[in-house]
Amino acid sequence: MHRREGLAKLTGRERYVDDLPLDDFLWGATVRSPAPRGRVAAVRFGKGVDWSQFVVVDSQDLPGPNEILLIERDQPVLAAGYVRHVHEPVLLLAHRDRVALRRAALAVTIDVAAEPAALDFRVPPRPDQIQYGADNVLKHLRIEKGDVERALATAPVVVEGVYETGAQEHVYLEPQGMIAQMDGDVLVVRGSMQCPYYVVKALTHALNRDEQHVRVVQTPTGGGFGGKEEYPSTIALHAALLALKSGRPVKLVYDRAEDMAATTKRHPARVRHRTGVTRDGKLVAQDIEVVMDGGAYVTLSPVVLSRGIIHAAGPYACEHVRIAGRAMFTNAVPFGAFRGFGAPQTHFAGERHMDVVAHRLGIDPAELRRRNLLRDGERTATGQVVNDGTDRVAVLERALAMADYDKKRAANKAGGATRRGIGIATFHHGAGFTGSGEVMLSSRVDVAGLPDGRIEVLSANIEMGQGTITVFTALAAARLGLTPDDVVVAEADTARVPNSGPTVASRTSMVVGRLVERACDDLRRRVNTGGRGDGEGLKRAIMDWHRAHPGGRLVGSATYERPPGIAWDDHTYTGDAYGAFAWAAYVAEVEVDLRTYATRVTDFVAVQEIGKVLHETFARGQVQGGVAQGIGWALLEDCKWQDGAMANAQLTNYLIPTTEDLPPIRVAFLENPYAYGAQGAKGLGELPIDGPAPAVLNAVADALGVEPTMIPLTPEKLMAIADLGLRNADSNNP
Amino acid sequence: MSDKSAIRVSFTLNGAPATVEIDPADRLLDVLRERLGLTGAKEGCGEGECGACTVWLDGLPVNSCLVPGYQVRGARVHTVESLDPSALEPLLVHGATQCGACTPGVAMTACWIVGHPEILASHSLRELLAGNLCRCTGYDGIVAGVQAALDAGARA
Amino acid sequence: MTVHQPGTLREALDWIAGKPEAVPVAGATDLLVHWPARVAEYDRDYVDLSRIAELKAIAFRDGELVLGALATYWDVIHAGRMKEGFPLLVAAARQVGAVQIQARGTWAGNIVNASPAADGVPVLMAYDAVVVLASRAGQEDVPLDRFYTGYKRMRRRPDQLVVAIRIPWRAHDVAIFEKVGGRRAQAIAKVGLAIAHSAAGWRVVAASVAPTVRRCTAIERLLTDGTPVRGPDDLLPAIERDVTPIDDLRSTAAYRKTVMARLLYDDLRGVCPAFS
Repeated sequence: MHRREGLAKLTGRERYVDDLPLDDFLWGATVRSPAPRGRVAAVRFGKGVDWSQFVVVDSQDLPGPNEILLIERDQPVLAAGYVRHVHEPVLLLAHRDRVALRRAALAVTIDVAAEPAALDFRVPPRPDQIQYGADNVLKHLRIEKGDVERALATAPVVVEGVYETGAQEHVYLEPQGMIAQMDGDVLVVRGSMQCPYYVVKALTHALNRDEQHVRVVQTPTGGGFGGKEEYPSTIALHAALLALKSGRPVKLVYDRAEDMAATTKRHPARVRHRTGVTRDGKLVAQDIEVVMDGGAYVTLSPVVLSRGIIHAAGPYACEHVRIAGRAMFTNAVPFGAFRGFGAPQTHFAGERHMDVVAHRLGIDPAELRRRNLLRDGERTATGQVVNDGTDRVAVLERALAMADYDKKRAANKAGGATRRGIGIATFHHGAGFTGSGEVMLSSRVDVAGLPDGRIEVLSANIEMGQGTITVFTALAAARLGLTPDDVVVAEADTARVPNSGPTVASRTSMVVGRLVERACDDLRRRVNTGGRGDGEGLKRAIMDWHRAHPGGRLVGSATYERPPGIAWDDHTYTGDAYGAFAWAAYVAEVEVDLRTYATRVTDFVAVQEIGKVLHETFARGQVQGGVAQGIGWALLEDCKWQDGAMANAQLTNYLIPTTEDLPPIRVAFLENPYAYGAQGAKGLGELPIDGPAPAVLNAVADALGVEPTMIPLTPEKLMAIADLGLRNADSNNP
Repeated sequence: MSDKSAIRVSFTLNGAPATVEIDPADRLLDVLRERLGLTGAKEGCGEGECGACTVWLDGLPVNSCLVPGYQVRGARVHTVESLDPSALEPLLVHGATQCGACTPGVAMTACWIVGHPEILASHSLRELLAGNLCRCTGYDGIVAGVQAALDAGARA
Repeated sequence: MTVHQPGTLREALDWIAGKPEAVPVAGATDLLVHWPARVAEYDRDYVDLSRIAELKAIAFRDGELVLGALATYWDVIHAGRMKEGFPLLVAAARQVGAVQIQARGTWAGNIVNASPAADGVPVLMAYDAVVVLASRAGQEDVPLDRFYTGYKRMRRRPDQLVVAIRIPWRAHDVAIFEKVGGRRAQAIAKVGLAIAHSAAGWRVVAASVAPTVRRCTAIERLLTDGTPVRGPDDLLPAIERDVTPIDDLRSTAAYRKTVMARLLYDDLRGVCPAFS
């Protein structure tokens, strides 16, 4: 089945929030703090602007609490006299003329009486930098299994390493934006987002409205990758405040510079490993410390940290594990959700460290993985017994074969002014919310039977390119024996769709898709007709029902049920973290230019076991896109900081890969169906970004004989750690 | 826009004559999106890096965010709205589009390549597509789609 | 904002004679970057050169290539015999941005934009290009390697327009262009090098390592003298006399200097007997 909305996208007919026609509206703009910390001493409105012509909103205009509702309530909608990061929103303006608005925004000055800012999450804060709790720690988490100290003390070999990952900017090609307007007494907000119900909850809370008087509609969303998970609530609130104050529709869209500078990014992290191994490479102890930079507000840091530490020990069997994690407050622009959500950071460290261990022991990196990959019956770091029947070693072998690993690893690295290397990463990703998260979400999906016999899938899970519309169509059609044209997937409009949870955590196909199937079953039961394959009979029964109940609503429904045998303890952080893990092995081949220290990925193999491939083209596209982002993060994407804000907030200076920066990405899938995922599928969206960075850096290490520990490994950084000869006499030296 | 400063621009748009009153500060992208309601071209960066605003100007793909509106007088402009949907089928089939934000620009560059296959004697496909950034696909679906379109064109 | 759109060069020169602060516009690929945010610049005067037919031509006459002020990178890539006669121009043009920029960016615009990281200027300078300036008072020819007087400062009076670039044809036995960007396309140069040798001698031009694109005369002297070079380090003294790289958003001084030395060494050791 081709992408249902694909032709609309290709012909430019698909309309994103900035494309929507709007009558008699105002443009909105945000005025932000220039300083990372301090009291707002003055807000000065410049001369030369007729301010009476502008709508001006500040924190006093909040009908409800000045809080953006998320995990905590620490982040204000608008700063009320005190700022905690550069670009923190202080004031909102609106005007009919976009140019006049831009001039006006430049004419407002925010004076901040500066206080000492905490800008390095890696060092303990000074007393005058403490702004959260007693120690600026937003969250502590810990996983413990066995007795790591004793195991380390008796281990034959102990290998230490410290690894760092930088922030990453999403660069969804469609910048963020919202339109807010009143429809009678209902506030309607439309825009680019991943989680309509998160936005509803934020709006009802801060605007002191009930859910009947707030309606949120997701417009076609040009990429998200987590960047549109929590931040849209902020823009929605801002647009809504301006709309409420002016009585007119307000369009608030960010240009690329504002989007890059002021919205969330991936949490920077520093991970320390102390690993005990036997001389023939069996892991006996893993002591891991994870520190992340959360920025100036809590946002989702506790959950990012959680996922990060759960994946930190890798897909390996080890009896003694301790993972201590903390998320730090700093005066940086708050960090937030980004595909992988903590796991890419800890997998980078873990997989790079495995190669360091292998090198120390004189064992081939692939062999070290073979000896330690979880076999069925063994336990993860949280004590979860892995018993899914996936042959994780076979996943690795398939990748090695596709990449011709043995031959390339043994090959002569030297070749004129370049060096080639090959590196691997084996990793995993748990899909859906951690532990009891899915139970707490209590997601619901409805499937309605329409008067003309077609069915309509109603969920809050949105399409942002990953294929939700098509996959839901395919699942429903298959379940009910219908053709795709008999299935409509409703716009994610909270006036019409139930809360099926956010479009995050690789849950949409696996968890919500399964709810689609069960809701279809419920619909069929309600019209009491036939077997699963009888689509025509179903359509007739639906039409009959509507004739018998004019004006009625025929809806099948399904609410999340926890799969049996899943037990998680939030206090001890032990048990079954996820219902299912996807497993992967990636292999990167690189060529390093000795003259410029530039690294080029010349081949990439991505093999993963994902339960069931629901859509071959889409699944491959998810992998290739995630690999591309991972390679960009590893080599190109460098956030330059000034006072905790991004100084290179332009696509000219923050580099994502072009067509010429990537090789063809070769993908293979293995399938071991997961009983509780739609058609046996496990989550796929985030897995592919967990593996590329360590695979690439391991390849660089192989090529040059250096030990890189940080990403992005820009040419400048590689030069600092690699003293590479260029003279004829050096051409055989690694 | 004050009447004093407005400029009247006549050009050929998607094969038909068009005349529009523009503000001197309008970029071609603004003329298309705001004055003419053609929202296919997108503003992804405003600096000529991402290519989401790609249109054809006198037969060549350009970033419309970097073209002054007043310069298109007498020129031939083609936007994504002029593309033949059947020509886009190979892109659809091969996964060239996911979120769609880069897609109109990609489609314009792709169709230009397919319309001028001789360019491949001196340029690689990836080189010609390097001015269209995509964050979703990793480019394999796009390259495969354009290659399929070229193969179909060669057979026709 | 006013926009003047002259149809002839004469008309353009008459107009800017009276409006020295007017901004000439050609391909606009630098001028319009982040345009919506630059509202302060909407209050200026602009003179649009794009309708002046006499500025569009590319011609080869009297042993020299003449690029009209509106000649684009794309024009040069696809002009007949350009790759044989002036390979450095084609090499540089293909590494400018991407197709969409090459189709609009002009060589003259690249010169007057005066970026230290310019892509077109280094190869023009290595070919001994001459900037042809016109004003109501007449024509003035300025060798490109003497055109810049400091960061973003050049020998162009406000009443002058660049109307053409003249490049003498020579037989070169060395013609090398190197652009080191952050990625393989759509990149601003962190280090740029144009190296050429003909009967007129050595030309080594560097970009992104000084306030202006400039000839590296100490390196040229080293090459002319046949000074032995056994590795990149042997080039550092000359490099340090010629350029002053800095740390900025894109790269570091140390990287730029090191890479410049390594590129020069690697590119020239195949062609210079003094290099081993």
